[in-house]
Amino acid sequence: MLPVSLQTSFPKGMLMTQRVRITINGKLFESDVEPRLLLTDFIRGVAGLTGTHVGCETSICGACTILANGLAVKSCTMFAVQADGSDLVTIEGMAKDGQLHPLQQSFWEEHGLQCGYCTTGMIMCAHQLLARNATPTEAEIRDGLTGNLCRCTGYQNIVKAVQSASGKMRQTQNVAAGD
Amino acid sequence: MKYVGQAIKRKEDPRLVSGSSSFVDDLALPGMLHTAVARSIHAHARIKRIDISQAWKLAGVTAVVTGEEIAGKCGPIPVAGEIHGMKKPVMHLLAVGKVIYVGQPVAAVVASDKYIARDAADLIEIEYEPLPAVTNPEKAIEPGSPVIHEQFSDNIAYTFGFETGNTEEAFKNADVVVKERFVNQRLAPVSMETRGAVATVQAPDRELVIWSSTQIPHLLKTQLAVMVGVPEHRTRVITPEVGGGFGSKLNVYAEEGLVAYLALKTGKPVKWIEGRRENLACTIHGRDQINDVELALKKDGTILGMRAKVVADIGGYYQLLTAIIPQLTGLLAPGAYRVPTFKFDLVGAFTNKMATDAYRGAGRPEATYLIERIVDCAAQKLKMDPAEIRRKNFPQPSEFPFATSGGVVYDSANYEKALDKALQLADYAGLRKKQAEMRAQGKYMGIGLSSYVEICAMGPSVAMPAGGWESGSVRIEPTGKVTVLTGASPHGQGQETSFSQIVADEFGIGIDDVFVQHGDTARIPYGIGTFGSRATAVGGTAIYMAVQDLKAKLAGIAAHILQSSPDKIVFEDGKLIAGDADKSMTFGAAVTQAYIARNLPPGMEPGLDRTRFFEPSNFTFPFGTHVCVVEIDEETGEPKITKYVAVDDCGNVINPLLAEGQIHGGIVQGVAQALYEEVVYDENGQLLTGSLMDYALPRAHDLPMLELDRTVTPSPVNPMGVKGVGEAGTIGSTPAVVNAIVDALSPLGVTHIDMPVRPEKIWKILKGRKAS
Ligand code: FES
Ligand code: FES
Repeated sequence: MLPVSLQTSFPKGMLMTQRVRITINGKLFESDVEPRLLLTDFIRGVAGLTGTHVGCETSICGACTILANGLAVKSCTMFAVQADGSDLVTIEGMAKDGQLHPLQQSFWEEHGLQCGYCTTGMIMCAHQLLARNATPTEAEIRDGLTGNLCRCTGYQNIVKAVQSASGKMRQTQNVAAGD
Repeated sequence: MKYVGQAIKRKEDPRLVSGSSSFVDDLALPGMLHTAVARSIHAHARIKRIDISQAWKLAGVTAVVTGEEIAGKCGPIPVAGEIHGMKKPVMHLLAVGKVIYVGQPVAAVVASDKYIARDAADLIEIEYEPLPAVTNPEKAIEPGSPVIHEQFSDNIAYTFGFETGNTEEAFKNADVVVKERFVNQRLAPVSMETRGAVATVQAPDRELVIWSSTQIPHLLKTQLAVMVGVPEHRTRVITPEVGGGFGSKLNVYAEEGLVAYLALKTGKPVKWIEGRRENLACTIHGRDQINDVELALKKDGTILGMRAKVVADIGGYYQLLTAIIPQLTGLLAPGAYRVPTFKFDLVGAFTNKMATDAYRGAGRPEATYLIERIVDCAAQKLKMDPAEIRRKNFPQPSEFPFATSGGVVYDSANYEKALDKALQLADYAGLRKKQAEMRAQGKYMGIGLSSYVEICAMGPSVAMPAGGWESGSVRIEPTGKVTVLTGASPHGQGQETSFSQIVADEFGIGIDDVFVQHGDTARIPYGIGTFGSRATAVGGTAIYMAVQDLKAKLAGIAAHILQSSPDKIVFEDGKLIAGDADKSMTFGAAVTQAYIARNLPPGMEPGLDRTRFFEPSNFTFPFGTHVCVVEIDEETGEPKITKYVAVDDCGNVINPLLAEGQIHGGIVQGVAQALYEEVVYDENGQLLTGSLMDYALPRAHDLPMLELDRTVTPSPVNPMGVKGVGEAGTIGSTPAVVNAIVDALSPLGVTHIDMPVRPEKIWKILKGRKAS
């Protein structure tokens, strides 16, 4: 952990950097960064993956949700140096071989997005939700998404999208298991 | 293939769900600099001294500007909404001499990265002499209050009023008069994407290009050109993907002017992205009215007249439409009822707060809340069923167009049909029975109705501050692909899809052959933008009209070639069919003829490109009835919504998926006003709800599944019969929730409870009862 004092500004010429190596969507990004650089800024600025959004900077809205070593985290309140050596998945890593992930597909089909700003974080959070509980009830989905704010949809179609994705993902699993 | 009326998946979504779309903060231009703003920490203070020397010392800082420089170089914040005789304080982009609200921009820095810019902004020393803050709008307009704008004698921004019929007479003849005071609290729009802008001066023409997260690219272009003194034809505004607006981006803000100025000053691209704390403090707020309402009725529930006295909290100054928003409340206050006499008195009060302006519904939620609450108060007093008092006062379908005492003419409606459908869907009789049973067990359950009407499709230009028309361009390319350009500026509403549906159906082609573009003033003919539920009803109509012109031209070409007559040509399945001659040609072949131009009917010009401007003759007036059921937890006072039914009528629907989405989102925002949200300033004008930890947005687990249905009463105002749906949910839902809570608590003698109805308010009432 870095001392809190490093978050404050440095006088002229005193900026210190630290080398980090972070894998994002299977690709290694290596860079010298200031210790105070937020992980969101690493993902968006250094790696150029702008699908991860910032809506509050305070861990409330979930727009910045990504997977870090398999767990959903809010990247706005993590420093890049804390993620050194981590394996991250962002929204850009969800589609495979040009095929949308079932969650992405379901958000589209169920009209689970309007402006789309919350959507990428919402999908990452829903991903963890379904990983932990493949058949969530409506209430479980609603509870599981309370860390993510959407101002447009009223959540109803987001809940439907997660339900539909849960069905799709179980189907593929069943098919895989039957092989 | 007919697309209109079908739930077509959105064309916008693949880029959005995959994270590949570009919002303004996603823009990275070579050499781009970053701006941060130093803001007032006081609600009301004189600026004694600004010391920028420390900020300048920081490596990476390239410019620091203060109000003194800006006031001489840039025009003030534009105000479009004016009320006759209003006081007009001038607001510069950065404060000059004085600050009048917490968060007001005082200085701005430009630096090589955003962290340094933030550091530098924090290093600007501003010395203030605090002045007494004016925060209570009613006290603000009393004689003796400290005056915010010293060039004026008081804080009364304006007064406005009208009377239709003789209310005094009506109140004299009334059997019953009900009176209540409703506080419509201040709200923050909180689009999930905050505001932001990037500006650059582009070679070779030194064109000033501004990317902004805005709802009004064209109006913004005009205003910024004037503000920073660049000719308008060398100013271009582009809206990238916009992450929600809800009215908050229907404005021209100081920071947009600042980035334009700073790009001109530094010669480099300059970016400013609003932080969430800035967003809560310095993006316009909504609502904030106090309404004293009286309703006069006959014993049988017939409304005779209404009086409403409104004090509207303007905030410290006017943004684009600030002044006129509370006026809309007067227009709509009679709601869905025959209110034969009506007196409306409005005072706008300056206070040391952020300006209020258009937030989803903009003046109409306030109107709907006051009428829907006061009608319920009357029902309670008369011991009438809330459904029956509403039914009794509805104008009948045959009475439309219906001129109201609010001064507008409602286009078309069948209020009773929507009410009945909602009652049936909710099983109203069953609910009342259940309520009686629960009451017998000492439980608190309430049923709330709201039969709203609202004003959409803004609107006729005579009633608008800066044009109420919209542009639509349709160009058929030589290959038969269709490009549609709309002056509307959707930011989540899905018009890339719904406009494609309209155009594809009319031409009889596939939806993927139509491409809708918006939000770039260099590509799109001048337009007004997206707000006031106008994009489809006004913008869609302009496109529809352009399509009709092109169809006429294509029919002429086809008739000429197929030896038929233009009125016999039908557009279907990618073909132009001459009904009489049993002959046809493909759409593409007809289009090609228009460009090759060797065999056109005599006198016809080549090409297939048409721009139309639609000027609506009136607003449209969607309506509906919402039914909300709440149960109250006796231990905690928490009101839980157990059922929510909404029957809305927004005229003809292009895409039910999108219409429902708008209603879902709208209802939840309206419910949030009733239960959670409130912008709070303390008596010193300090903002207490400055982050999303303190400002309570609704979350996924706060609501049950909403049950929606609709009735369809086409609008006669436009050829497609559409009305608009963007704000209906927000307008209709708030009173339904509060009515339900008051209904639940009515056995305790409760007649009103102010919003947001947080558990502690109810808990105190329940506790008071136990004590007694
Ligand atoms: S931006 Fe990270 S939680 Fe809001
Ligand atoms: S879709 Fe706009 S915030 Fe969720």
